[in-house]
Amino acid sequence: MPSVRHGDLWLRLLSAVTLVVVWEVAAALAASPLLPGPTAVARALAKLVGGGPLPLDLAITMWRVAASFTLAMVAGTAFGILMGHSARADSFLDLWLVLGLSLPALVIIYLCYIWGGLSEAAAIVAVALNKVPNTAVTLREGARAIDQQLLQVADVLELSPGRRLRQVYLPQLYPYFMAATRSGLSLIWKIVLVAEAVGRSNGVGFRLSIYFSTFDITNILAYTVSFVAVVLAVEGWGVRPLERRLTRWRA
Amino acid sequence: MSLDVAIARKVYRRDADEVVALDDLRFLVPPGQLACVVGPSGCGKTTLLQIIAGLDRAFEGRVRRPEGKRLGMVFQTPRLMPWLSVRDNVRLALDPSPTREGRAEELLREMQLGPSLDAFPAQLSGGQQRRVALARAFVNDPDLLLLDEPFQSLDAPTAQHLRELLLALWARKRPTILFVTHDLREALSLGDRVLFLSRGPGRVVLDLPLDLPRPRSPDGAAVEAARKRLLESYPDLLRGLAASSAEESAA
Repeated sequence: MPSVRHGDLWLRLLSAVTLVVVWEVAAALAASPLLPGPTAVARALAKLVGGGPLPLDLAITMWRVAASFTLAMVAGTAFGILMGHSARADSFLDLWLVLGLSLPALVIIYLCYIWGGLSEAAAIVAVALNKVPNTAVTLREGARAIDQQLLQVADVLELSPGRRLRQVYLPQLYPYFMAATRSGLSLIWKIVLVAEAVGRSNGVGFRLSIYFSTFDITNILAYTVSFVAVVLAVEGWGVRPLERRLTRWRA
Repeated sequence: MSLDVAIARKVYRRDADEVVALDDLRFLVPPGQLACVVGPSGCGKTTLLQIIAGLDRAFEGRVRRPEGKRLGMVFQTPRLMPWLSVRDNVRLALDPSPTREGRAEELLREMQLGPSLDAFPAQLSGGQQRRVALARAFVNDPDLLLLDEPFQSLDAPTAQHLRELLLALWARKRPTILFVTHDLREALSLGDRVLFLSRGPGRVVLDLPLDLPRPRSPDGAAVEAARKRLLESYPDLLRGLAASSAEESAA
């Protein structure tokens, strides 16, 4: 990241190299197919990428992440704003929220597959449902913190509903929206693989469950490495720049 | 058409208690007049402005504003949108139309804010922020301007500079101005007329026309003489006022 100091950068690089070296040495000492070293994993990764199923699996998983993330953000934001502004809605929905927050992810996934069939829609809804309560709670805080004094300015200026929303209301929610995005993504990255392993026949999670059943640790690690790389890329080049842009006025 | 205020009663309910904030408050401000409203803290000055601005509609009585005319308002705090640049904060008050393009920048340059056009409010000093708030209120050539202790908590030279700026803008377009303050010297140095409100519930207890020659200074001899005369003629009227301004500067 651009804010990293020079000396820091070297330290981070050293940390990464150490990790790989420790892994390699441990694998050499173990000399077991249950702990393949980084070279073996890299070789497997190359095979999976060139002509293997990995690119397609990654693409499918990313599509599921995008779809369920969007769904969860829209629904969670709507509920959160409603609950933040209406005490009645808050009292009524609070129980649902508490339930939703404490339901185990696996239960939601099973129920969605049972009621919705082993379908794409059920998978996406299952992942999204896991994140909706989380988003709603965060955006409820945001809606409660809306500054009435600034809304009065909008009233005095007789702003159109569109300008009022874009220039006065929503910017107050951006920090909360970004917090929900960050915590939501980290949740979805984890849950989407479970949903795929349980009830889909493609995607990273499905492939991992196949390799698990044959104890193919090398390919499991190869998939893991590529998935983690994609996650880091999305957070570093997508989420953080967006966050910086939306909150640069705080500098 | 004049600003015609006839508020029979304004009551706040706090739990079971009723607090009468304004009681039989009536006055008329002819077009182009700069009227100051002076009263001790808690006499309902802010409430009065909120009612005139249409931000508070829960009162008995009526307020007639010049119909279809533009309203400008400056609040006790600048109330700028922290996420908008100085330029965009002022443009917020303009209807998006090509004929008004450049109007905000022009006014801001006149007010010595040219170098800060693209700065965010957090990067400005308190005095600069208030200048931006003043620019936002003036940019759409309001016919009625409401100011609620706009120069409070500024150092004396900055406040005086802003007062002169206000008078210069007023001289150019002659909007009707209602300027609320608890500072008698400020009122005497600005107004064509000073309305004195009683300690809460607020009523007009003295309507004083002023024809001191301009320019005046709050520390000048003319203002000081007028103040002395007032204190001699109406000792009771102003007793609360002096005490209250001491309280407020302590708070």
